[in-house]
Amino acid sequence: MGRAPPFLAREGYRRRRLADMARLLPLVGLALFLMPALDARDGLSAPMLIYLFGAWAGLITVSAILARRLCRSGAMDDSDGPQAEGP
Amino acid sequence: MIPFDVLVAICLLYVALLFGVAFLAERRAAMGLGGWLRSPAIYTLSLSVYCTAWTFYGAVGYAARSGLEFVTIYLGPTLVFIGWWWTLRKLVRIGRTQRITSIADLISSRYGKSNALGVVVTLIAVVGTTPYIALQLQSVTLSFAVFAPGGAVPWAIRDLNSSALTVAAGLAVFTILFGTRNLDANERHHGVVTAIAVEAVVKLVALLAVGIFVVWGIGGGVTATLDRIETSPLAGMPIQPGRWIGLTFLSAAAILTLPRMFQVLVVENEDERHLATASWAFPAYLMLMSLFVVPIAVVGLAEMPPGANPDLFVLTLPLAHGQDGLATLAFLGGFSSATSMVIVAAIALSTMVSNHIVMPVFLKLTATGATMSGDVRKIVLRARRVSIGGVLLLGYLYYRLSGGSEALAAIGLISFAGVAQFLPALLGGILWRGATRAGAITGLTLGFAVWAYTLFLPSFGQGGVMGAALLAEGPWGIGWLRPQGLFGMDGLDPLVHAMVFSMGANVLGFVTVSLASFPNPMERLQAAQFVNVFDHSAPGQGWSQGRAEAEDLLLMAQRILGPDEAQGLFQRAAADQGKQGFLPDITPEFLQRLERELAGSVGAATAHAMVSQIVGRSAVSVEDLMKVADETAQMMEYSSQLEAKSEELARTARQLREANEKLTELSVQKDAFLSQISHELRTPMTSIRAFSEILMAGDGMGPGEMRNYSRIIHEESLRLTRLLDDLLDLSVLENGQVSLNAQEVALPDLIDRALAATVGLQGGLAIRRDPAAERVRLMTDGDRLSQVFINLISNAHKYCDASAPELTIRVREGRDGVAVDFVDNGSGIPEKSQAIIFEKFSRLSDHRKAGGAGLGLAICREIMARLGGSIVYLPGQGGAAFRVSLPRARAQAA
Repeated sequence: MGRAPPFLAREGYRRRRLADMARLLPLVGLALFLMPALDARDGLSAPMLIYLFGAWAGLITVSAILARRLCRSGAMDDSDGPQAEGP
Repeated sequence: MIPFDVLVAICLLYVALLFGVAFLAERRAAMGLGGWLRSPAIYTLSLSVYCTAWTFYGAVGYAARSGLEFVTIYLGPTLVFIGWWWTLRKLVRIGRTQRITSIADLISSRYGKSNALGVVVTLIAVVGTTPYIALQLQSVTLSFAVFAPGGAVPWAIRDLNSSALTVAAGLAVFTILFGTRNLDANERHHGVVTAIAVEAVVKLVALLAVGIFVVWGIGGGVTATLDRIETSPLAGMPIQPGRWIGLTFLSAAAILTLPRMFQVLVVENEDERHLATASWAFPAYLMLMSLFVVPIAVVGLAEMPPGANPDLFVLTLPLAHGQDGLATLAFLGGFSSATSMVIVAAIALSTMVSNHIVMPVFLKLTATGATMSGDVRKIVLRARRVSIGGVLLLGYLYYRLSGGSEALAAIGLISFAGVAQFLPALLGGILWRGATRAGAITGLTLGFAVWAYTLFLPSFGQGGVMGAALLAEGPWGIGWLRPQGLFGMDGLDPLVHAMVFSMGANVLGFVTVSLASFPNPMERLQAAQFVNVFDHSAPGQGWSQGRAEAEDLLLMAQRILGPDEAQGLFQRAAADQGKQGFLPDITPEFLQRLERELAGSVGAATAHAMVSQIVGRSAVSVEDLMKVADETAQMMEYSSQLEAKSEELARTARQLREANEKLTELSVQKDAFLSQISHELRTPMTSIRAFSEILMAGDGMGPGEMRNYSRIIHEESLRLTRLLDDLLDLSVLENGQVSLNAQEVALPDLIDRALAATVGLQGGLAIRRDPAAERVRLMTDGDRLSQVFINLISNAHKYCDASAPELTIRVREGRDGVAVDFVDNGSGIPEKSQAIIFEKFSRLSDHRKAGGAGLGLAICREIMARLGGSIVYLPGQGGAAFRVSLPRARAQAA
């Protein structure tokens, strides 16, 4: 790794924090998805279904926003290949 | 209900459509028109091979049996995908830079291109995938049976078997046609991937359509359906935390390690950016696939007669409500799920089998080398085709053996736990440089063995492979070795039990042996490249200087890549080296590049073996390794070397420039010297000639005149002699031919002698001396030194322009030697002339007045240099001042 300067310009800083968020998201997801196991006795119920799918949809939304911003910020620029936009 | 024949016709039509799509996609890709074929949407849809018939039919059955637990199978992959920045990105990057062809290739390549590992992984993958393929065949067969003539009457076993065989054969044909069209796996299977994307849409639409029909058509809206769920037998079905966590982990592992997932995720990846889209789009697909599972299960349990197979609710519910169209769509959805999985799994497995088992065996058998005649490509392709057939045949046999009776979910989970054994070697390989081949083999073998003992073999049922006694009491009655209760842990769910023990043994073996063993150079090289894939953009050197013949390599490459591509590759490489033609120099870089290209076709281990057969050795030298092992240090060393080099270059250039300037200057000086000397010689000669001519003419000349002319001639010839003497002296001194007569002398004596020699010239020059300071004895050539003093004193006499001229002689003893200063009180020498007074023929004033040729100071400088001292002009002394320095070695205190 090259000797990167210790402080980055605003843009680079944002990009790093975006990557941090992308790394953090699965941990949040794990916490959300393990909730039903904590409440194991109650088992399957309509509120549980709604909670689970709600959390799932929320994670997907955040992930979509993050992925788009990561792509736009050029964090993937070290990869080769043609530019491509999400559908 | 729609007639069975019509269903078969629809099914065939659908298959024909898939063939058409695959064919068109291949053609477009071949024509380079594949724009939309390479979109993130296609990539995401192709990932849906994760959702097999097990999802399509089995999820509902799973929910009907165990409640909410089915959803864990989709939560794990969701977590992995939204966490793509952690591992998937790295995995895809490694796959692309190393031209990985399968998960076996990745693991074998990471651990030093070890084919033994490739074989182990391939075998585990085949064993783990076969039940899964059997499961797909079973589900397609069962769904056909639903539409079979006679309706409720189940098909005879014979019918089921023959339809399973037909399906297996059809799938084999499709896979062979579109999966083995081209050899380079990295060229990607556009046809297959596009067909799979179409199937992905069909199965999603089908499941959503059934779900919408169930919720709004039967259930009576969202709220009503939620109420039905609350009152159904499923409500309150407890979650087992152990299984919940375990299955989430297992599915997360499976998405990375299932051979078919690896195929679509890494090998078929066109662009890393597609992963960014898939990171949210694939979880969304999974969520939509599981959205209606619980409602369908609840409604199915309520509506269908007791005893109906809940695995088929997706199909039977619409049928029971007379929705033939919807049922047909659902059937196609299930068919799509099963076929897409089988196709991709067969491609992935056949690649592994041909690259890691068939090719090495072939290379062994034809030990003469890959250069021997015969098209290797044909052999590889034939191996793949046979492997595809073999894999499907195995699946069919498993289906026949297992009797096709088990619940779908159980087989799926057993398979997941089997391939999850790759996880430690895979993750350890890309995240930990300390992971070694021995560790990976140990971990994989241990994990696989424990998995087989605790889960796979017992799954055949009591009396299947393991006897009832063995299951109940353990081998030879050793209770704590019971397959489903190792160390007495019978309280655990069998699946969780197997997972904990197999993964535990796997990780423990992997880490312990890795820590204890020492990797070979190739392993360390590959480890650095895999773990630091984002830093090491440039490929590391796997080859030391090769001694291979380029022609042999071309011969071999043609057999694998095909003539056009191989020749193109060689030509490009030659052009990059600045050569023409097809045969580049065999540099380590070129070997690396060639091997990677070959690896895209036959896998890293085989490619490495083939190249080393020709190059003669598969060695990475320790130097190569050291270079790569610490790229940072290497880069720093390199840049400092560069810096030093450029500094040296600059220094040399400066020296050259200076030398050149000096040479030019010397040449100018020489010319000036020659013209000066001829001038100096000519002037006295002219007057001698003129006066001698007058004398020769002689008549009418008085004796006074004659004496006067003779005197002039005499003076001029004296001047000439002096000049020639000086020149001779100078040339002797400059050439170093002078012999010095070193002896001990007293400095005051020398000065006295010099003053005495110049007494005739001194005129009005007053001399000031400090006799006390002069008391120094020197080891030097006294005659030469006094010659210098004489010159300086006479100069002072000639040039000092003060009205009362005065010369001060100061002697100073320093640490390094003795300095004798001659300072007069004249106007001194102007600064711009100070630099040239020691040059030959340099005279500042009119030379007639000086009466010398301007060689005096030049001679002084040469003498002092011979004596090991120096003579310099001393500015700022209030007049002309010269310092004569003598080194200490030749100066001794008196």
